Amino acid sequence: MTTSWNQPPVLKVRGLKVYYETPKGDVLAVDGVNFDLFKGETLGLVGESGCGKSTAAMGILQLVTPPGRVVDGEVLLEGHNLLGMSEQALRAVRWIKLALIPQGAMNSLNPTMKVSAQIKDAIIAHEGKQANKGIKPRILELLTMVGLPGRVYDLYPHELSGGMKQRVCIAMAIALNPTVIIADESTSALDVVVQRVVAQTMLKVKDALGVSMIMIGHDMGLMAQMVDRIAVMYAGKIVEIAPVKEMFAEPKHPYSQLLIESVPSLKERKPLKITEGITHDPRNPPPGCIFQLRCPFVMDICRVQPPVMRETNEGQLVACHLYPESVDGSLINVADVARNP
Amino acid sequence: MGRLTLGYFLRRFSIFLVTIWLAATLIWIIPRLAPGDPITAMVGRMIRQAGYVENSDIIIEGWRERFGLNDSLPVQYVRYLGNLVRMDFGYSLAYFPTTVGEIVGRALPWTVGLLLVAVTITFFLGNFLGALLAWRGTPKLVKYLIPVGMIFTSIPSILAAIFLLYIFAFFLDWFPLTGAYKAGMTPSLSIEFITSVIHHGTLPALSVVLVSFGYWALGMRGMMITVEGEDYMHLARAKGLNPLYVLYRYMIRNAILPQVTAFAITLGTLVSGQVLVEYIFAYQGMGNVIFSALRNQDFPVIQGTSFILILMTALAVLIIDLIYPLIDPRISYERS
Repeated sequence: MTTSWNQPPVLKVRGLKVYYETPKGDVLAVDGVNFDLFKGETLGLVGESGCGKSTAAMGILQLVTPPGRVVDGEVLLEGHNLLGMSEQALRAVRWIKLALIPQGAMNSLNPTMKVSAQIKDAIIAHEGKQANKGIKPRILELLTMVGLPGRVYDLYPHELSGGMKQRVCIAMAIALNPTVIIADESTSALDVVVQRVVAQTMLKVKDALGVSMIMIGHDMGLMAQMVDRIAVMYAGKIVEIAPVKEMFAEPKHPYSQLLIESVPSLKERKPLKITEGITHDPRNPPPGCIFQLRCPFVMDICRVQPPVMRETNEGQLVACHLYPESVDGSLINVADVARNP
Repeated sequence: MGRLTLGYFLRRFSIFLVTIWLAATLIWIIPRLAPGDPITAMVGRMIRQAGYVENSDIIIEGWRERFGLNDSLPVQYVRYLGNLVRMDFGYSLAYFPTTVGEIVGRALPWTVGLLLVAVTITFFLGNFLGALLAWRGTPKLVKYLIPVGMIFTSIPSILAAIFLLYIFAFFLDWFPLTGAYKAGMTPSLSIEFITSVIHHGTLPALSVVLVSFGYWALGMRGMMITVEGEDYMHLARAKGLNPLYVLYRYMIRNAILPQVTAFAITLGTLVSGQVLVEYIFAYQGMGNVIFSALRNQDFPVIQGTSFILILMTALAVLIIDLIYPLIDPRISYERS
């Protein structure tokens, strides 16, 4: 692993807010997201459907489309704020610094262009026109890197399987050796076997190139094997960030606990834990903690005061009133209480 | 995606031939389902007009013999098909002894010339404007102006034609009122004649363009919005490609596909002309031929023009079948 924790992060996201306009007010899809991404690191961003993880990715990529809009925040990529950059300046950064492995593998490629042409246009857009002689071996090498045969070069997307298309997308993402790759549910549409192979391809390529990666998904099991740190998102906010080991050994936020307990097991049938309570109206979050309506340990303070992110132990940050700082500055460990209410 | 194979071409071509044969057979059968026969009806009309026609029985019998109506139906049918292959549609009733072939041959180039230009302009203009309507990069002002230009779409082409005639031919006197070229001119390939043809064709063509470009624009806009929602558009933007390249290579390229199909069918129906537009501008095309044939009950001409129309439509469909795999790689020449 080439992760460098002591260097400044390559990507700093601060107070990112992305809202969707609706006739009955704005939906607060991403409401103040903060995190750092270090060089060579893989950060998992998990949460249930609609929690804002993909929207957060689009916010970072500056690809939010109406009715959505970035309301506030900073996305610092190697120190440069992407928000407020002109479209032209942004275009120069795209793909060279910040690449995307998209969500829907099936439709992410232009059906009327050959695979090679779609990788080529990204290269040409940033490096200028060049002879096919130079580009072709490059593309073939990219295809080899993601485990695709050379004949894919001349094929159209509809002639590929889902897994192959996703590999093409990976090859495309690494074409210009970007600093950061965002993989937005890149393996969600694939069956478990192909999912595993594609995920391994992604890790292999990532390690070979030393890029940093944000992996968005809802599969905690897959995440556990792929990422260095996990950020758990709920209703537009990150509620906990922790190294993957700590997250699975000792999840602090009640929502993280429920999420991890809900990972299906082959050995036993267990009920889905996260069924209690309802999600609030995303246009009108309650005052205090956003998870209060579904939290099994909800306290009076949760209904009034929003919790702030606190570091409970090395590298593990959580936003929850269950972990207040005590008078002497040490943290009260209520994790056991949380697990056995 | 493969190259055009001989097998694919032969399959498509046989479908084309079968279509023509079925249509020709229908044109032949339908009139024969009606009671009576045209000769008796014609002599009957003569009798009503003149009061009495001597030896009408002999006349009827003679003409029946002359037109081969005494032969058995299969013999008539085979002879009819043979004539069609030779493009021989017989004589016009209204302009005897001119043949249908001569009448159509004179009118067809004018209509095809006028409408081919008009419809092609309409197609490109309409799709271009439709694409602009849907594209995010289009200036707001343009987006508001295009729908204003489309009000003509809701006006029938005859009214648009009269409107154009009044403004540009009658009031401003920029363009001639009628005809396909200056009266007294002999058709030739001289610059003078060609200029005259363009001068005379501008208003009829314009009335076709004005009335129908909105149809293409709206269709294209819908397709563009569908494409806009596709995942590959997201990826194209994330790649930092030139917006104009994305518009052309990712959006229009995919949105235009169904439009091309519709265009081919439009081209096929083009030979029937814009009957009313040609009538208003006294343009000597197929529309005028069909119009006067219908008024004169000139059955051979009606039959002949119908057949040409069918032939052209089938031909357009054949051509689109042959080129479609080239513009949409998902349609394969191989048998699936």
